[in-house]
Amino acid sequence: MGTRSSMLQEEEISEIQRETGFSSNQIVRLYSRFTNLDKSDQGFLRRADFLRIPELAINPLGDRIVHAFFQESATDTVNFRQFMRVLARFRPVKKNATKNKLNDREEKLKFAFKMYDLDGDNMISRDELLNVLHMMVGANISDDQLGSIADRTISEVDLDKDENISFEEFVKAMERVDVEQKMSIRFLN
Amino acid sequence: MNEGTHHAPGVSDESMGEQLMIAAFSLLFFPLVLVVTLVIVLATFGKSFGIRHAYVGLLLKVFEACRYKVQVKSGYGGLEATDDSEDEDEEVNKKDEVVLDAGDTQIIEKDFELSATKGLEKPSWAPFKKEFELSDVLYFSKCGMEAIIDDNVTKRFSAEELPAWNLLTRTQKPHQFMSIRMTLFWCIGCFVRYMMLLPFRITIAFIGITWMMISTAFIGYLPKGSFKRKLNRWASLMSFRILVRACSGVIKFHNRENMAKSGICVANHTSPIDVIILSCDNCYAMIGQAHGGFLGTLQRSLARATAHIWFERSETKDRTLVAKRLSSHITTENNLPILIFPEGTCINNTSVMMFKKGSFEVSSIIYPVAIKYDPQFGDAFWNSSKHSWTQHLLQIMSSWALVCDVWYLPPMIRKENESAVAFANRVKSEIARQGGLVDLEWDGGLKRATVKESMKGVPQEQYSNILKVD
Repeated sequence: MGTRSSMLQEEEISEIQRETGFSSNQIVRLYSRFTNLDKSDQGFLRRADFLRIPELAINPLGDRIVHAFFQESATDTVNFRQFMRVLARFRPVKKNATKNKLNDREEKLKFAFKMYDLDGDNMISRDELLNVLHMMVGANISDDQLGSIADRTISEVDLDKDENISFEEFVKAMERVDVEQKMSIRFLN
Repeated sequence: MNEGTHHAPGVSDESMGEQLMIAAFSLLFFPLVLVVTLVIVLATFGKSFGIRHAYVGLLLKVFEACRYKVQVKSGYGGLEATDDSEDEDEEVNKKDEVVLDAGDTQIIEKDFELSATKGLEKPSWAPFKKEFELSDVLYFSKCGMEAIIDDNVTKRFSAEELPAWNLLTRTQKPHQFMSIRMTLFWCIGCFVRYMMLLPFRITIAFIGITWMMISTAFIGYLPKGSFKRKLNRWASLMSFRILVRACSGVIKFHNRENMAKSGICVANHTSPIDVIILSCDNCYAMIGQAHGGFLGTLQRSLARATAHIWFERSETKDRTLVAKRLSSHITTENNLPILIFPEGTCINNTSVMMFKKGSFEVSSIIYPVAIKYDPQFGDAFWNSSKHSWTQHLLQIMSSWALVCDVWYLPPMIRKENESAVAFANRVKSEIARQGGLVDLEWDGGLKRATVKESMKGVPQEQYSNILKVD
């Protein structure tokens, strides 16, 4: 067991609770998951720790999802606080939510936007879109066909005709999508 | 085994000087020898006074009492979540009254499962073709996040989480201070387990192993024939029964009429202890990698008495060689049924993982066996990446008991035109169903290796198939 049994401190729990909205029970559970993923027992996760989860490793966007955690931390390790902040994006939204929570519609959309925005310039270019499409379909669809899918998608949502999709345009395009439901995980209490 | 009672006088006078120690020791010596002899004699004839059953029954009562205490303590879930209580109209609010449900260790309820063979299961996608939408990434992101929070594979390689504490430190993950009373209970438990049970069990195990080595060495000299086989059967049953008693094993065998007489017997794998469990009801030939150290000595001594197949590390990669030796073993008359764990690695007793097809190619008739341990009395899973074999043995012997169920399933025959893989899967599902285990198609080898790059192709292909392209 060793250092693994190091426990969460009360104040840490309540701080995370305030920041993310998870209940303390959920935080304790997720902490136990975090320590399980943390094979090196150092209190943080690396990319390889995430990709050891087979179901994530075969996810076509697995790399992008893992990347989201490292964007949060801006280093090559993710601690529990940062881990929880990213997970918080996937908490269900309550109907009359207060503003500026990590799990509101805008945060969820930002998360989805970043899946496409590979270089982090807040724009989805045609190349980036093509790249992500390629991740999702592999070699099953030809580059030409993917190109026409990308062109069609951009022309549909690109309002200012700059051949890129900005976050605003992305939000507009997702207007009719039930993001709250599709980006929410049913956490048990 | 009533080992506890005979030790009791020695407990209090621990600090009272050498004289008393010696007196106590000499007083204890005789009953101790008596108990050990009794255990050996009973094991020889495969009889039991039901002491172990009574002991297990008593343990259950103690757990029940403790569980009640814990439940009362944490019944309200604390005073947390003040600003959260209104925040949860969409969060699933189950439990409360059923604190100790089996699903108690679950964190989320999953919407998606990304399966290695079927891809992302999204019912509304299935029969239709659709155009690509920007929102399609949402499915993959959510699915990936769900896997990060809770996945079906990695948790099978670490100790099973229990819904209730069984007074062993190692099973309570974030072990919090509960109450003075519980701590006291735990201390007493610790004392009983380490100071009384453990030394007693080590003595028994030592006798069992010595007996096994002596008897196999002797039997090894006998000429081949029915006398050797009978003697070997008797000696092997006896030594394994002694060994099972060394971990206070209480094993229930179901459907013994289906027991294998020859051929290939496959079982799910939790720990090397599985072999001992199964061998105290029937004799098996074993196949496996030749180990070093203590395990190696055991393997060599077993091989003296009857035909086992041990491979050198360099040979295990050579699949045709393994298959050849396997098939020559089962076609040889009078050979013992061979015991195989086709998962190839130990899984934590909650699921059955992919069966390697090898043994299913060799024989078209398979005798499946399902083994399920009762985790309440101690974790039987060997986490080989964390504990050495000796550590694992020590852990088993310092647990409360080893309670398990063994089901002999009716022999299964490979259908015409059925591939070995399909046959293996069919046997696996049968074992999972009987043992109440989760049937997984993932490879247990993922314990050490990462997934093959090619496996990414399945979800990609599945997604491509629903995309409408010009």
